[in-house]
Amino acid sequence: MADGSIGLWTVPLAVFGGAIRVSTPFLFVSLGECITERSGRINLGLEGTLIMGAMSAYGISYLSGSPWLGVLAAGITGALLGALHAGICSLPRVNDIAVGIALMLFGTGLAFYLGKPLIEPTAARLPAIDFGWWSDIPQVRAALRINVLFLIGVAIAPILFWAFRTTRWGLLIRTAGESSDAARAMGYSVLWIRLRATMVGGFLAGIGGSFLSLFYPGSWNEGLSSGQGITAVALVIFARWDPMLCLWASLAFGGAAALGPALQSVGVTSGYHLFNAAPYILTLAIMIITCSPKRTLTGAPAELSITR
Amino acid sequence: MDLGKISRRHLLQGSAALTLGSALGVRPAAAANTTIGFIYVGSRDDYGYNQAHAQGAAALKKMPGLKVVEEEKVPETDAVEKTIESMINLDGASLLFPTSFGYYNPHMIKMAKKFPKLRFEHCGGLWSDKDPTNAGSYFGYIDEAQYISGIVAGYSSKTGKLGFVAAKPIPQVLRNINAFTLGARLANPKATTQVIFTGDWSMPVKEAEATNSLIDQGVDVLTCHVDGPKTMVENAARRGAMVCGYHVNQSPLAPKAYLTGAEWNWEALYPKFVKMIAAGEAIPNFYRGGLKEEIVKCSPYGEAVSAEARKHADDIKAKLTEGSYTIFKGPIMDNKGKAVITAGTERGQKDPELEKMDYLVEGVIGATS
Repeated sequence: MADGSIGLWTVPLAVFGGAIRVSTPFLFVSLGECITERSGRINLGLEGTLIMGAMSAYGISYLSGSPWLGVLAAGITGALLGALHAGICSLPRVNDIAVGIALMLFGTGLAFYLGKPLIEPTAARLPAIDFGWWSDIPQVRAALRINVLFLIGVAIAPILFWAFRTTRWGLLIRTAGESSDAARAMGYSVLWIRLRATMVGGFLAGIGGSFLSLFYPGSWNEGLSSGQGITAVALVIFARWDPMLCLWASLAFGGAAALGPALQSVGVTSGYHLFNAAPYILTLAIMIITCSPKRTLTGAPAELSITR
Repeated sequence: MDLGKISRRHLLQGSAALTLGSALGVRPAAAANTTIGFIYVGSRDDYGYNQAHAQGAAALKKMPGLKVVEEEKVPETDAVEKTIESMINLDGASLLFPTSFGYYNPHMIKMAKKFPKLRFEHCGGLWSDKDPTNAGSYFGYIDEAQYISGIVAGYSSKTGKLGFVAAKPIPQVLRNINAFTLGARLANPKATTQVIFTGDWSMPVKEAEATNSLIDQGVDVLTCHVDGPKTMVENAARRGAMVCGYHVNQSPLAPKAYLTGAEWNWEALYPKFVKMIAAGEAIPNFYRGGLKEEIVKCSPYGEAVSAEARKHADDIKAKLTEGSYTIFKGPIMDNKGKAVITAGTERGQKDPELEKMDYLVEGVIGATS
């Protein structure tokens, strides 16, 4: 159009673009949590891991000038926090949910403390790949500027799906999650499996954080996560511990986050708080519909402390 | 004296004597070893609201004989009362600046009643006769600077579509949106401002999404009223749009895209307050001002601002600084077609009606609920 506006098309485009832009942290955290929970532990601390990842990625990118080193640092930070969680949980009679909450607060607080001098400086950002070259509509081009991390996340989901089903590692993780006795009977250390599953989960969550600070919204500040980590943990339950469903759920949450602002931009101004709450209403509705008092949640690992 | 021999009793006696001494002793006159406490609701280097206050505090630190104590991220709950008490009892603060809107009532009022000899200055509150006299509220008419930003934005926009990323539809925010739009329509009578409310003061992902949605709608100049404008400024500049800043000067974040901005000028006001106390003058309990009183200022123009825009903006700025110009002058219609200020009515900046603003003027696309 002459004035550069695309009218009502903004809404589907924004939801599509938002699904790509906003979903990546959800995707990484939920895939990471999926691995951890399949091994029989819940790590609620991933909100803290996400924020620590965002802060360390921004810091390392700023100091070294290389955003990819930042991503790596975020992953390592996440893995260390995961190891801490698993280490504490391997002590007898420790509740993993309580440790998770403690680590969530610890990670958030530590990130705010260490991240204080990082709010003002501008760090090198991750590059985007331009998939919109075929279009001459600037809005479409902007929506299709996609970051590699998103593509990696999208690739990890089916790989994980396959790995859980067909590989030896996947089977081990599932065994530890379904019956720790069986895993022990086979001669494996359940604690060792869970330690590694939690570290890998933390690694992915940390990378999810690096996307927040290094790509979108693309700078470090203290309100950056605004609860996305904890939402992603809930999303795993919503996705029934299935990596492919995690992918679709993350995309849906990302798109839903874009819905409120997009509707306002085309003039649907009433009830924006309601639209902003759309993802949570969706979650509640699906949880209520699919719950049954007669059985545990389908797909829930039997060793999880919430199902036991 | 052997340290090991100091008994608990001695210690208690000692500290009691100390407290007594300071209670009986004449309170040192202000400006001679005065301790001033600043309380921020967020991080003091947020490129926004809190940083503006911290810059004011930094100006005080440079003055001789003053000690400044600061605490960040104090929520608008009982927590602020505890912070105030510890600043008074432990640091000896005698002048306090709780800078966030929600600190005022009941928290700061309660503390002002408890410590009647100390001075409390609150940013944004509405002091009334019922409140203690050692408490005061100050605020700036930053809509004057937004009006100037609007003029510059109106000239700079090629599409005539401006965007405003706002937190919540409260009077101060609506007043900024309206002033920005009125200014823009002075430059381009057909200009419109599309507003998006994110719902809270700091929602970086929502702010980024709002910025993208606005630009997708053809908006090419954006401004905002959220606590940290960094997200909006950076994301808009990445998409090639131009921006007007808010709270502090954000031009280092986007030197090419930055046109101008509405800034607080606390570094001018706070030293003025301290000097008034030192001279024994009373600070008015209800303190307001704009460009004229140097409580707000405009960022220097960016290179993209045309000579025509500079001239018009400078002209209005000079009139506002003189105090001979009224922004909210009738007839003003709201965006539903109702006359909100009738022809012939001039609402000067100090008009209390303006502090109750609940409408969006003609030219704003958006709604308050």
